[in-house]
Amino acid sequence: MTAMYTTPTTDTRSGTGGAGAAVLRAEARLFGRELGSLFWILLFPTILLLILGAIPDFREADPSLGGQRVVDLYASIAVLLAMIMAAILAMPAVIAGYREHGVLRRLRTTPVHPGALLAAQVGLHAAAVLVSVVLALGVARLAYGVLLPRSLAFYALCTVLATAATFAIGAVITASARSARAVQTVGTIVFFPTMFTAGVWLPVQSMGGWLHDVVVRTPLGAAAEALNDALVGRTPDGADLAVMMGWTAVLALVSVRAFRWE
Amino acid sequence: MRVDGLLKRYGEKVAVRDVSFEVGEGEVFGILGPNGAGKTTTVESIAGLRVGDGGAIRVLGIDPWADRPALTRVLGVQLQESRLQPKITVDEALTLWSSFYDDPVPWRGLVDRLGLGAQGGTRFADLSGGQQQRLSIALALVGRPRVAILDELSTGLDPQARRQVWEIVRELRADGVTVLLVTHSMEEAQQLCDRIAIIDGGRIRALDTPEGLIRGATAATVTTFTASAAVDLEDLRAAAGVSSVRADAGRIVVEGADGAALAVLDRLRQQRVTPSGLRIVDGSLDTAYLDLTSTTSEEQPA
Repeated sequence: MTAMYTTPTTDTRSGTGGAGAAVLRAEARLFGRELGSLFWILLFPTILLLILGAIPDFREADPSLGGQRVVDLYASIAVLLAMIMAAILAMPAVIAGYREHGVLRRLRTTPVHPGALLAAQVGLHAAAVLVSVVLALGVARLAYGVLLPRSLAFYALCTVLATAATFAIGAVITASARSARAVQTVGTIVFFPTMFTAGVWLPVQSMGGWLHDVVVRTPLGAAAEALNDALVGRTPDGADLAVMMGWTAVLALVSVRAFRWE
Repeated sequence: MRVDGLLKRYGEKVAVRDVSFEVGEGEVFGILGPNGAGKTTTVESIAGLRVGDGGAIRVLGIDPWADRPALTRVLGVQLQESRLQPKITVDEALTLWSSFYDDPVPWRGLVDRLGLGAQGGTRFADLSGGQQQRLSIALALVGRPRVAILDELSTGLDPQARRQVWEIVRELRADGVTVLLVTHSMEEAQQLCDRIAIIDGGRIRALDTPEGLIRGATAATVTTFTASAAVDLEDLRAAAGVSSVRADAGRIVVEGADGAALAVLDRLRQQRVTPSGLRIVDGSLDTAYLDLTSTTSEEQPA
């Protein structure tokens, strides 16, 4: 008998640090196979920006927007759209599927915590958002002469806060329902109000009166204001940053409380 | 491995009550029982996936409810109805799982012996049910576990794949790996297990070697014969140790305990009946199992 199951070999590997990296590598490969998600996250925001920028009126400076053009506003809306696609439409479905099919449960029987899988998924989707942001801003600059962010540090900060807020929304969606199908339904329902408040149909800056006051208190409305401020070089409004952070904290807490591994 | 007075409730319902057993190192221990008997709850408690409401469990001295990280390094688990990422390939899954352990088994050999060698590039979702099952077994063993829990090992496998899997279980035992086998299949239990616990209604109904269980059953032996004249079946039913008598396609079939055959022959002589084509064979685990589980289902109103 060869004792193949019990005889130790000399090849010893590092512990869970290597395993965490292996999980990330494997999930990155799998993410690369999700062509639908990649399209909606990476390409769709930029495509939408290109289409809207093709409308001549949107390339006219508008005094009511402080001299900005509509297409300038849409650069930041495209950025938010990438976040919405990744955090609300794509990722909850993946994680809910892993939970429903017992992938997370199975991982609990190994030395690797299933949290490594979630961390890899969040990291990969966030990385895709970052690529999409760079692509959208770069294309906006080249195609329509939209300024690159004047205040890069603030733009980066606002991007991080907005990403955190949208992923927190996605986390609540994932935790809210048990089955993958229900999670997908909830995700689709949440998808439209987040698109609206991000300004996809009507930029937040063009909204008037009470609608504007309500929308800037939502995470994506506040994000749209703050990102555009950073784009033109203004210091973002502290209230907008506080709204994003507040939502993130509350939603993260709710999702952590409600989340079930099985 | 020791399980001591395990109790597990789901709300009001008691899933497992007072389950205790010990499994020696290198033993293949079977857990048999009908659906909903508490088998899976029991093994999931041992795997640390569920924490019991009472009792204690030790696996190689490790408390699964308190120290799961230590347990995961010595325990390999193949769970029922557990799937993988739909688009992960066989090779990728094994590479990934190998990275979890300090000293993994060279998995190519494992995959070949499970008949998955040609499926290396196939995605999980494209594998057949039996192939998924075999991959799941490979993942449970790739970490070179000292204790393996295999839940519904051969469900969905064709006979040839089942033989391959059985062979692997025998090799595990030869290597001193303790195996906890949850199964529906009497044949599998009889073939592989050193000892078997029959669980029903959340309790252990019997715990013995396969031979011991058969011996203790109401149909430890089955006596069949054809009779030269009419036989008084009622008289045979009254014989010591006889549990059932029936006429089956011209033959009389008498099931009973170990000594029942002799008592039946006695009664036949008194009835002046000569049996011909007389055969006395061992009962199977099936009857032992049905004896132990059917009595309990009657106790509980459906």
